[in-house]
Amino acid sequence: MTALQDFASPETAHARTHVGRPAIRIEDTSILVGRGQYGDDAALKPGTLHAAVLRSPHAHARLLGIDTAAAMALPGVRAVLTGEDVRVWSRPFVVGVKQAMEHWSLAMDKVRYVGEPVAVVIAESRYLAEDGIDLLVARYDTLPVAVEIEQAMAPQAVVLHDAVGSNIVNERTFCYGDPDAAFEQADHCVSLTVKYPRNSCTPIEGAVVVAEYLSAEEGYDVASNFMGPFSLHTVMALALQVPGTHLRHRNFRDSGGSFGVKQAVFPYVVLMCLAARKAGAPVKWVEDRLEHLTAATSATGRLTTIQAAVRADGRILALSYDQVDDCGGYLRAPEPATFYRMHGCLTGAYDVPNLRVRNRIVLTNKMPTGLVRGFGGPQVYFALERLMQRIAVTLGLDLPTLYRRNFIGRDAFPYRAAAGALLDSGDYHAALEKIEIHGGLAELYARRDAARAQGRLYGIGFAAIVEPSISNMGYITAVLPKEARAKAGPKNGAIATATVAIDPLGGVSVVVASAPAGQGHRTVCAQVVADVFGLSPEQIVVNVDFDTQKDAWSVAAGNYSSRFAGAVAGAVHLAAEKLRGKLAVIAAQALACEPAEVVFRDGRAQVGEDAQRVTPFARMAAGPHWAPGLLPPGVAPGLRETAFWSPPQLTPPDEQDRVNTSAAYGFVMDVCAIEIDRDTGRIHIDRYVTAHDAGRILNPALADGQIRGAFAQGLGAALMEEFRYGEDGSFQSGTFADYLVPTTCEVPEPLILHQETPSPFTPLGAKGLGEGNNMSTPVCMANAVADALNACEVVLPLTPSRVMTMIGMDDPAPSRPLQGASAAGGGKASGAGKALSAAGEVRLSAPPQAVFDVMLDPQALARVIPGCNALQRIGDNRYRADVTVGVGMIKARYAAEVALSDLDPPHGLRLSGSGLSSVGSAKGSGMVRLEAAADGGTLLRYDYEAEVSGKVAAVGGRMLDGAARIVLGQLFEQLGRQAGGQPASAGLSWWRRLLRRLGGRQ
Amino acid sequence: MKPQVFDYARADTAQDAVERLAQTGADGRILAGGQSLMAVLNMRLAQPSVLIDISRTADLRYVRAADGYLAVGAAATQAEVEWRPTLDDEVPLLRQVFPFISHFQIRNKGTVCGSVAHADPSAELPLALALLDGQVVLRGRKRRRVLSANEFFQGMLMTARAADELVEEVRFPLAGPDQRAAFTEFSARHGDFAMASVGVLRDRKRIRLAVGGVSDRPVVRQWDDLPPDAWDAELNDLAWDLQAQDDHHASAQFRRHLVRRLGRQMLQRVSP
Repeated sequence: MTALQDFASPETAHARTHVGRPAIRIEDTSILVGRGQYGDDAALKPGTLHAAVLRSPHAHARLLGIDTAAAMALPGVRAVLTGEDVRVWSRPFVVGVKQAMEHWSLAMDKVRYVGEPVAVVIAESRYLAEDGIDLLVARYDTLPVAVEIEQAMAPQAVVLHDAVGSNIVNERTFCYGDPDAAFEQADHCVSLTVKYPRNSCTPIEGAVVVAEYLSAEEGYDVASNFMGPFSLHTVMALALQVPGTHLRHRNFRDSGGSFGVKQAVFPYVVLMCLAARKAGAPVKWVEDRLEHLTAATSATGRLTTIQAAVRADGRILALSYDQVDDCGGYLRAPEPATFYRMHGCLTGAYDVPNLRVRNRIVLTNKMPTGLVRGFGGPQVYFALERLMQRIAVTLGLDLPTLYRRNFIGRDAFPYRAAAGALLDSGDYHAALEKIEIHGGLAELYARRDAARAQGRLYGIGFAAIVEPSISNMGYITAVLPKEARAKAGPKNGAIATATVAIDPLGGVSVVVASAPAGQGHRTVCAQVVADVFGLSPEQIVVNVDFDTQKDAWSVAAGNYSSRFAGAVAGAVHLAAEKLRGKLAVIAAQALACEPAEVVFRDGRAQVGEDAQRVTPFARMAAGPHWAPGLLPPGVAPGLRETAFWSPPQLTPPDEQDRVNTSAAYGFVMDVCAIEIDRDTGRIHIDRYVTAHDAGRILNPALADGQIRGAFAQGLGAALMEEFRYGEDGSFQSGTFADYLVPTTCEVPEPLILHQETPSPFTPLGAKGLGEGNNMSTPVCMANAVADALNACEVVLPLTPSRVMTMIGMDDPAPSRPLQGASAAGGGKASGAGKALSAAGEVRLSAPPQAVFDVMLDPQALARVIPGCNALQRIGDNRYRADVTVGVGMIKARYAAEVALSDLDPPHGLRLSGSGLSSVGSAKGSGMVRLEAAADGGTLLRYDYEAEVSGKVAAVGGRMLDGAARIVLGQLFEQLGRQAGGQPASAGLSWWRRLLRRLGGRQ
Repeated sequence: MKPQVFDYARADTAQDAVERLAQTGADGRILAGGQSLMAVLNMRLAQPSVLIDISRTADLRYVRAADGYLAVGAAATQAEVEWRPTLDDEVPLLRQVFPFISHFQIRNKGTVCGSVAHADPSAELPLALALLDGQVVLRGRKRRRVLSANEFFQGMLMTARAADELVEEVRFPLAGPDQRAAFTEFSARHGDFAMASVGVLRDRKRIRLAVGGVSDRPVVRQWDDLPPDAWDAELNDLAWDLQAQDDHHASAQFRRHLVRRLGRQMLQRVSP
């Protein structure tokens, strides 16, 4: 579809400007021909070693020790970094709330999530480093887990951080206006409880860190694709116990995507610094996909109960949020920012004066959370916009009417929201009108009517959101009570920096501390500067290779919170203007005019419109390098200007806990029309319309690219993306076959509409727009499904299986007993986030006593346990075993312990085992009961439960259940044989072979 | 995600490959297209000591119609079969199956025999072979044996292949003039592992229906005749017989539902 845009045509207002034009990205040429310089492409110093990380297979366990001898003995392995080293050379990371929690770059006495780093092997190649990892022997004592939010909050929950005494590590309540009175007065109270799942944005490139320890005097030198916020540079330096100046950090030239996720590289910067120190050589680490999905970072999972006090006409008088964030095993900086980034604008696009908020942070045995594009927005709007849909249904209003009754008026800007956001500009009503007209809303209603008349499932969803950009560095302090804030000292602002310089041939260069990840920052900076100097963008060189020892930067530097267009490009504009001011004085001297008369245009400086009084830009600009003595009086030498900009509106939280969390607030309104296939639950998008107001658009092509990308990710969150965990905390989404992201085949082209209401607060009037659809699309899709199915409870992601369950499936019983049911004994197995379990029965030809004796005889038991290479008695009915378990070509060797208990000869016993291998941990326990059968044989009933964690669970979820059944089958097959059964015959299924061998009947 | 050390040997002939396999036994793996094997190696879920590469073995790189079968040699890629000009007449079912197999880049590398040898319960080619009642030729150093698909597939990733045998050839029966074929599958995204796949063959004598992605291997049912009013009951019984499992992509109930719905759709498609 063609985008309808309001950009002024190039022939009119912007005839001579580059800002506002859809310029092609200057970054693209090298990237598209394969000459990008990503982290893994960076040249290394000779002697650089390679690191691999040993990660916990357990969600929760005491770490008893690590035996490194075998790994160290492997030729090519140079060093192993363990918690002992980390404790000596570093400190725990600074945490955002005051609690006795320690988070180090390696696990110390406990592991708290699957994938937590436990040790680092440093070797001459990554291959050897991974070989070394397989030779490390870590000993664990497993603990009960707290995986789900509700489970972690329960009074009897196991506590992750013993010193805290609870998994609820912070609670804050806020009250703005008089919500109690509003709820009392309201005609309706509409409430909803929703969950936002854990998901991510999975950049193509994972983390890359190259670290070197220079010396005690010079500290550490690091290159990585950490993207900011550079407030975390201080967190890294403090952890490494060096001054910030002694942690030099540089970015690689290109980035294979970030989406916020690369913020979570920072603990690995510290870890690899320590690894380099231990190895005495530079160390490179490249995160692989399995590591990335398992342990990099996740969007914060949230449980929200939201309520609205609503008047009969639909006017919302008050909102109440009760939010619980699942931050994983550690509260890692910048958490709990997922809450507080959105805090000021919790009332969204609506004029709601009364607000009540309760925020609780819960730790669970899952990977820590952090920035994921949209950060806080998807969580808030999934609750708020689902609630709007419920209010519309409850009151019998259509959404546009409900929006019109509640939107902030166009004349109300700048508008101070209840919790403190100062919404800078906007015209939400006009955007709604635009979407009604250009989005073809009437037509969509007609299509819905027609589809429904035929019994089809068609729904229309809406979402209207405020998209914050340029975060206030002080918002996070809202997590502290005001007394604690006063003690800590106020924090606020969001400093952006840019430097513009002219070289001795008159060339213009720009340096920004923006750490871009493919958005096209270089292109836009060139456009901005070209306009200031009357040059073309090709004449401007933009360098984004951010170096903390050389560049101008501050804590807000980096690539996050959609700060580029508003803050960074604005700072570039200010720096260029500063330099232009200086050049104007210099040119005025040459042109014999006043500086105010100098116009920079078409590569020249001229006096007003007088084409005769002209000097070429390059010559004039280069002059001061060669003859500083000729500079006009009062003009200092040097053609390099740095601008620092921080919006004055970003004040610290006030006495009433109000905080203006961001500098600019865009607006996004989405409408989508979907049809659901009754047979399969598949959602088909008929049309998706997304209208944006992000102030002044600097480059429409890049803006639309941002919108399309965010839309694709929002769609993924809506339909397929979720990090799944088993009940035991095992991670089950370790590959892109398990963690599904939409591909081009699944993403339709949205109709993009624009409206430009410039921000009065940013230098160029621009606001961020890169995160809007991550916030709006998941809930818009959910609302469409709610509309199509007339459903109240909508759970993300909306997989076909889940949608089909919402529609309802006939599941008639079979007409006859199941074939094979005698084999499985009606055995029921289930693997969806639960422990693997099954029950069943088999018939053996040997009598119960013979079967029982086999299990008690170590030599026979060694033959019964599938893949048992060796069995060594370590106590009464307890054995240490070396077991190779697998199906097909997939095999893993486990160091296992096997135990027999609950002995009741010859009627039954419990057979338990647990093991650890290089691909993860496994444990199982099964009750085996033996009954004498009429034919002299045995009826063996079993009931087992197994848990598999670590790599196998992360990548093999699809097959675990089947594999467990096969291993179990092998076990009973051997049991029968050892007790005196019959040999197997080839060519039959394992179950049939098993049954035949055991003398089973079919 | 780096494999453990292994030796690499390139086989020049089929005999060379099986000689080497006889030496290495279970420690050796055949490398053909590598589309499943390499991922498993990189994740260190398998640790073969030797990879015997047959991808450039000329005498295994063939696709030919003879003796009532479309015979596909072990080095022939899926794309080489997919783009065979006469495939529509020879095995029309395969024409419908190939587009569902992952993505074309993978079919350009992946082999037909490799997919059959791997025996993934969700894979399309094992289902097609079972539905067509095709054959698998296993070649050892000294002997060959020919198994029916039903004999070959023994469970999830489990086959009747002995450690020293190469899946030398897979044989798809050529279609008779009255054969009608239909295939579809349901997955979260295009090219993903099937939550359920259903293929149907119909000729004058019989109706065969196979389901993949639900049980531990493709499961085939055959009827001499199946009137439309019996479809629902038969499909429902089949759906239950498969003993579907819950996983994080689909519930067992949803899989049964798919078997019933897709089964009906495919039966309809081959009905006169």
